[in-house]
Amino acid sequence: MRARPQIALLEGGRLHLQDGPIDLVIGASGAAPAVRCAYRAAAERMETILDALCAELPLLRSPVEPGLCPMHGTVARRMHCAVAPYAAAHFITPMAAVAGAVADEVLGAMLGVAALDRAYVNNGGDIALHLGPGVAFTIGMVDDPERPGLFGNVRIAAGDGAGGVATSGWRGRSFSLGIADAVTVLARTAAEADAAATIVANAVDLPGHPAVLRVPARDLQPDSDLGERSVTRAVGRLDRHEIDIALAAGMVCAERLVAGGLILGAALHLQGVTETAGIVPRLTLPVAA
Amino acid sequence: MTEPKADMQDDKIRCDACPVMCYIKPGLTGACDRYANMDGELVRVDPHVILHRTLEQGGAVVPFSKTADWDGKLLPDAEAFVTAVGAGTTYPDYKPAPFIIASEVDGVDMVTVVTEGIFSYCGVKVKIDTDRHLGAERSLIKVQGSAVGHVTTSEYGSQMLSLGGVHHLTGSGKKEGRVTCETLLDLCNGKPVELTIEDGATVVVQAGKAPIVNGAPEERMRVGCGSATIGMFAKQWQGKVDEVVVVDDHITGVLSEHQAGKLLGIAETGIRMRGRRSTPGRYFQVAEPGTGWGGTDISDPLTILDPFDPATARPGQSLLMVSTTGEHFAYYRLDETLRPVEQELPPALQESVERIRENCEPALSTVLFVGGAGGSLRAGVTENPVRLTRSVKDALTYVTCGGAPVYVWPGGGITFMVDVTRVPENAFGYVPTPALVAPIEFTLRLSDYAALGGHMDHVRRVASIANGEAQRRLLHRRDNPWPLSRPGAPE
Repeated sequence: MRARPQIALLEGGRLHLQDGPIDLVIGASGAAPAVRCAYRAAAERMETILDALCAELPLLRSPVEPGLCPMHGTVARRMHCAVAPYAAAHFITPMAAVAGAVADEVLGAMLGVAALDRAYVNNGGDIALHLGPGVAFTIGMVDDPERPGLFGNVRIAAGDGAGGVATSGWRGRSFSLGIADAVTVLARTAAEADAAATIVANAVDLPGHPAVLRVPARDLQPDSDLGERSVTRAVGRLDRHEIDIALAAGMVCAERLVAGGLILGAALHLQGVTETAGIVPRLTLPVAA
Repeated sequence: MTEPKADMQDDKIRCDACPVMCYIKPGLTGACDRYANMDGELVRVDPHVILHRTLEQGGAVVPFSKTADWDGKLLPDAEAFVTAVGAGTTYPDYKPAPFIIASEVDGVDMVTVVTEGIFSYCGVKVKIDTDRHLGAERSLIKVQGSAVGHVTTSEYGSQMLSLGGVHHLTGSGKKEGRVTCETLLDLCNGKPVELTIEDGATVVVQAGKAPIVNGAPEERMRVGCGSATIGMFAKQWQGKVDEVVVVDDHITGVLSEHQAGKLLGIAETGIRMRGRRSTPGRYFQVAEPGTGWGGTDISDPLTILDPFDPATARPGQSLLMVSTTGEHFAYYRLDETLRPVEQELPPALQESVERIRENCEPALSTVLFVGGAGGSLRAGVTENPVRLTRSVKDALTYVTCGGAPVYVWPGGGITFMVDVTRVPENAFGYVPTPALVAPIEFTLRLSDYAALGGHMDHVRRVASIANGEAQRRLLHRRDNPWPLSRPGAPE
């Protein structure tokens, strides 16, 4: 017998849903009955998401075969579709998009029952967004979850077509093969952003650099989908030249994804240096008044 | 809910808290970060929920893992960081530091050299958020009649004081040294101290609290200089008043002449300011410094105006005069002879004055301790002291003060600054020399420590001091970085 999902209303009218590793903070604005209705739909949808995912877990932890979608569950299918474009050139499993896909699924359930001006489903930093006409979100980007400090803001408006934001990096909860402190990606859906953030964060790297401590993923989580692949556990101080080289490698990847229409934009952050691609504006440093 | 069970399988355990059924290795958490394997036992750590709950309750956030009853193998950090507070010193200098503590952080042996430093060359820098004039630069600051420091250069809309230093501590007689030492000690330990500035104000300073200037608590620091205030609020004044003067001891701003007014097409008003014009709409020295309007000595703002220019000014023209904190304000209309006559502030302008106030941050006194560990203290760390300095400069060694982050000043020696409010309570002490005693810790890899000539035979494991020695266990402050997990240091 396992614990049921936790449901709680937070201050500021937000909804908190948690089940196993899924931890959602949801916000919606619109007419009060619509918001209530949407929250109920989110909580109901949450009831079965984790069980359905776990039923297909072995498949979800296996590398994707291009073109084939053997999954049954809707979230699992979202995960598969989000990572499929990368399967030919990279090692990737649907798990790379799990957080974003869950966020998309819950947002979809909400929008299916209620007209909302604006809504977000934040799954541990991977966020599905809904923006009605004339509405905008400002999203603050953080490079180190242990010591949150904003390194920049991204403003997303309805016309941008961004339905998802996700962040990946070695400091986050999920493992990264690269050394980026954080890569934040804007894409059409949270699942697509999630998968792309993983790919771009992996690309920010200095292979073989002695200041980077890497450990096989299995040593940390025996059932990790990354298996024996080495994940980054610590990155020592790099000089500016090394930072630029690592970021340039990530930027090549990010620009390719922007050009291919897979993402709308990205911000890559490594040891105090930020590079941006696509619709993410160049970040300006705060100026003392 | 039922308690999850753990199936033992060699050293890993299988969590059944949720259907993911993670295998969890000792010292690590499952995919959720909520359940962990602590010495073969499945325990709930649940940082997210605790954090949420505490935040929602408005209470202090308790870092779930940095508590005394947790053995510390879960996070990449070792859990116990031994600070130098109360550790004792290396005097007479050749003794190894009282505690040289090794801990394993993610498989890498780290060592923290813990000592209290005796600082006869030390002082504090005090930043007092007020635009009120406290005293001229270089004025002496006295406590109980003894000089303990001076007013120094102002770097922004706050007044800076420099207190202590070797000259006052040991160079000028017994009483001055003792009073200076007491003053520094009290300020560093967060106690209030009354400072009298020669030909200036009397200020009660307490780290992290509002300054009390001549008996009146300061509430807010100015929103910006007079010119900046014009720029920030020009648009809100447009169409509601003909002219605005923001009175400020540093730069007084005049709306119609200022670039912001020009860009908005605000008409000339024929206003004529006293003082020295810097650039259009910006005036220096409209009055003497003081504790009146905007840090000047004036109580009637009209004294900084010359008569309006009759070629441009017209009767009925309106004028708002306001200070940079919104604390002082007055509203005038020009009569037939173009003399300003005070009238009640219209509601539309009341809002803008309120807005200035609202944008002023709370005024605080902040105290930074500045000390140099460049001398003999280093011998307690290594037999070859200069290598420690180099290692700090190369960022291989991380310096903390009672576990608080410090800024190490570039150049020679290990001169560091620390915000005293981030150091544990009563961390500072003194010796009758007189000198201050401050905690200082050096954290580095054990292998690096050996390489720089460390006292390897005195290194002890963190577990070995767990019992038997008098200890004060404190929660790690969440706003301080964990000393054993620095960027650049292996975690």
